[in-house]
Amino acid sequence: MPFNIDLPTVFAFVIAFAIFAYVVMDGFDLGIGILFPVLPAGRERDSAMNSIAPVWDGNETWLVLGGGGLLAAFPLAYGMILSALYAPIIAMLLALIFRGVAFEFRWRAPGHRAIWDIAFNVGSVVAAFAQGITLGALLQGIAVQDRGYAGGWFDWLTPFSLLVGVSLVCGYALLGAAWLIMKSEGALQDRCYRLALRVGIATIVAMAAVSAWTPFLREAYWQRWFAWPQVLFTAQVPLLVVIVSATFLFGLRRRHHYTPFLMALALFALGLAGLGISLYPNVVPPSVSIWDAAAPDFSLAFMLPGVLVMVPIILAYTGYSYWVFRGKTGHEGYH
Amino acid sequence: MFESFDAVLLARLQFAFTVSFHFIFPSFSIGLASYLAVLEGLWLWTGRQIYLDLFKYWLKIFALVFGMGVVSGIVMSYQFGTNWSVFSDKVGPVIGPLMAYEVLTAFFLEAGFLGVMLFGLNRVGRTLHFTATLAVAVGTFISAFWILAANSWMHTPTGYVISAGGQFVPADWLAVIFNPSFPYRLVHTVFAAYLTTALVVGAVGAWHLLHDRLNDGARVMFSMAMGMIAVVAPLQILAGDQQGLNTLEHQPVKVMAMEGHFKSYADGAPLILFGWPDQAAGVTRYAVEIPKASSLILKHALDAPLAGLESVDRTEWPPVAVVFWSFRVMVGLGFLILGLAAFGLLARLRKHLYDWPLLHRFALVMGPAGFVAVIAGWVTTEVGRQPYTVYGLLRTVDSVSRLDAPAVAVSLLAFVVVYFIVFGAGVFYILKLMGQPPHRGEAGPERGEPVRAAGLTAGPAMAQPGSGSRDREA
Ligand code: HDD
Ligand code: HEM
Ligand code: HEM
Repeated sequence: MPFNIDLPTVFAFVIAFAIFAYVVMDGFDLGIGILFPVLPAGRERDSAMNSIAPVWDGNETWLVLGGGGLLAAFPLAYGMILSALYAPIIAMLLALIFRGVAFEFRWRAPGHRAIWDIAFNVGSVVAAFAQGITLGALLQGIAVQDRGYAGGWFDWLTPFSLLVGVSLVCGYALLGAAWLIMKSEGALQDRCYRLALRVGIATIVAMAAVSAWTPFLREAYWQRWFAWPQVLFTAQVPLLVVIVSATFLFGLRRRHHYTPFLMALALFALGLAGLGISLYPNVVPPSVSIWDAAAPDFSLAFMLPGVLVMVPIILAYTGYSYWVFRGKTGHEGYH
Repeated sequence: MFESFDAVLLARLQFAFTVSFHFIFPSFSIGLASYLAVLEGLWLWTGRQIYLDLFKYWLKIFALVFGMGVVSGIVMSYQFGTNWSVFSDKVGPVIGPLMAYEVLTAFFLEAGFLGVMLFGLNRVGRTLHFTATLAVAVGTFISAFWILAANSWMHTPTGYVISAGGQFVPADWLAVIFNPSFPYRLVHTVFAAYLTTALVVGAVGAWHLLHDRLNDGARVMFSMAMGMIAVVAPLQILAGDQQGLNTLEHQPVKVMAMEGHFKSYADGAPLILFGWPDQAAGVTRYAVEIPKASSLILKHALDAPLAGLESVDRTEWPPVAVVFWSFRVMVGLGFLILGLAAFGLLARLRKHLYDWPLLHRFALVMGPAGFVAVIAGWVTTEVGRQPYTVYGLLRTVDSVSRLDAPAVAVSLLAFVVVYFIVFGAGVFYILKLMGQPPHRGEAGPERGEPVRAAGLTAGPAMAQPGSGSRDREA
């Protein structure tokens, strides 16, 4: 191998990046779906939907990269996680079908629009909730034996995983509301400022609850967070959460356009950092590390140039597409 | 033991059901993306309004087809882990990177430019919009390239070693990608997508010609579709024949099942046209055969010997009847399509392409033929590979996750119900769009409150040099 770098670590970061990109980008799409029932049918819903119609497909593709990348880089973990979380994963896939087709279907028959709006909403809620449960169950740990899942069919169903599920629904709703603040004006924007405050507070409370609970799940997590001296480092995370939350509330109050969304992104980034601190270097806690699960170096080395070349290109044209559809949806004359 | 077999069967059914549904959409969107690129290119080149109208007409349909292809595809990429986790663990190092490249080079390209293609015509200018359309079309092709490389590798694995733990470890990536069946499968599948699309476009054109033979849009699409079919149908049969020879070389047992040959023939095997393969008894009953024709096709010699299924162990047999009949459905449709192509050529030579109702009715009923042939072809290919997932190396029963039959049964049921509701509605909306005749000044897929750019409201489309008058665009 001409490489001296540790490829499994590199790919752990690549996949973490893909998951983060997915969570924040499809997060605001799903968030709009979650908020759909509180938006009045007609103009407001139409412009909310139009603000994401050109980009949702690209956003969802990060989920395919997360899943496909996991299969390619950590095949063992891919098989274990997905079979352990069979029910929530299948529920997520079915839910994503409903919300994905709603973008086109709701315009095709005015008489059916109400039905597809419900499909859009329920699909978004279920997908977000199932993703949260998946994350919660993973944090809790997965029973494995002989390179396979060894637990029961409902091991994922615990109070903790349900809490993480609810938190993610709140968090996505926050991203959705903050996105719409940037993309709308008038009545819709006013409504989104009010919504963002409520779901923002709910998200912060839920994040605090999950963070307080996590160290008690496993001794190892406790060690990682509170052992001396790394507590000096890990303590920065909650500190930053406090600063970010305060900035968020301040931005809402001053009716800033961009601050709420940027701070919501920062909250998610901190959540991911916290997750990384708890999990690393395990990919399937408590026992499977990224090195146990990694594909052979020859597979990883084959993908590395693809990742290094393609991801910047993808980000460039994704950025271009966002640029093309920049600005407010719905009304003219924004400056 | 018995229960685990049930779970395997259910998992196979679930995979077959979801992938067959999925593949219906790509086989249409690969062809339609190229057709749209051609239409837009013709519009830019000739400046004729009719091409823009047709472009917008099919773009609305494309948006629906593509959306359904995406959501059904995401299911596929997660199913390897939910239902085939042992397969994922063992084969992931080889096919995982191929699918990762598919995401990186194809899915992002399609998805990234889809928004511009669907909603951007008045925002980005014609050249850039055409670039977006091309990017989507090229993306569908790249996607087919990678996924078929992965699939073909499972049929004819090369370029790997097996590790001590039983994992397939890639040794030579070029050999993995360009495995022996890949070039044939790529050509045959891409032609299949073009044929499928041409048949649908032709049927829609024919339907509107039957109602109004002067509709310009219907004329242009019918003529283009019949031209496409005339070129691709014979090429497809040729490609299928070549692929059959390749399969004979690498997967002879599959060909035995396709031919319904249980017996071995020492001097010239007959071509069984129809019959009923009886797997338990090991004979093909009620066979209608042409003596020695099979040896002629497969070996190019009347008296060449051909081995039959009796020459291999029964545990190596695929389900023969399924393979035998799906193969006949595909080939039968292939020749029917060739018939349509010939009829179309005749009508064109006689200058009756637009006013020969019998031709239009024929083209209309052939509308769905491509989809049927495509699914039949895949069933031949995939069922013929049984009982293996990686041919000759990894058995299907050894690939499956440790599943409980009830869990898989519930998810299978959920998929069946959801797919029929959702994709049923989608097909209904597509048929509704197709039922409207194409007309001048066709609307695009933009709807409701349009998305507006900040500040600069003057559409860059109008600022393009040589973009001509505004009304060409409206
Ligand atoms: C990358 C891999 C891959 C690709 C591109 C395809 N398949 Fe496949 N197929 C499999 C990987 C696979 C598999 C994982 O190997 C299965 C699952 C169970 C099995 O026996 O093989 C399989 C089984 C399977 C079966 C069931 C066979 C049986 O169990 O008797 C059918 C009907 C299809 N496939 C059809 C298709 C279609 C219509 C495809 C086109 C989109 C397709 N396959 C692409
Ligand atoms: C089991 C195998 C398969 C898997 C796991 C799979 C996976 C996927 C996924 C995840 C998507 C959605 C991508 C997006 O988000 O844009 C997709 C779409 C697509 N797939 Fe498949 N696929 C399979 C078989 C095939 C085959 C055999 C072909 C081609 C020959 C194909 C061609 C396409 C194309 C062209 C698209 C994009 C266009 C569309 O969605 O209609 N797929 N596939
Ligand atoms: C008479 C003409 C045809 C012949 C002789 C033929 C032959 C074949 C053969 C030998 C295979 C491969 C099975 C295997 O070895 O794995 C195949 C697969 C397939 N065929 Fe055909 N075929 C014909 C027409 C068609 C038509 C008209 C379509 C669709 C419009 C089609 C679509 C497919 C597809 C999608 C597959 C599976 C992918 C693949 O393995 O390439 N075929 N065909």
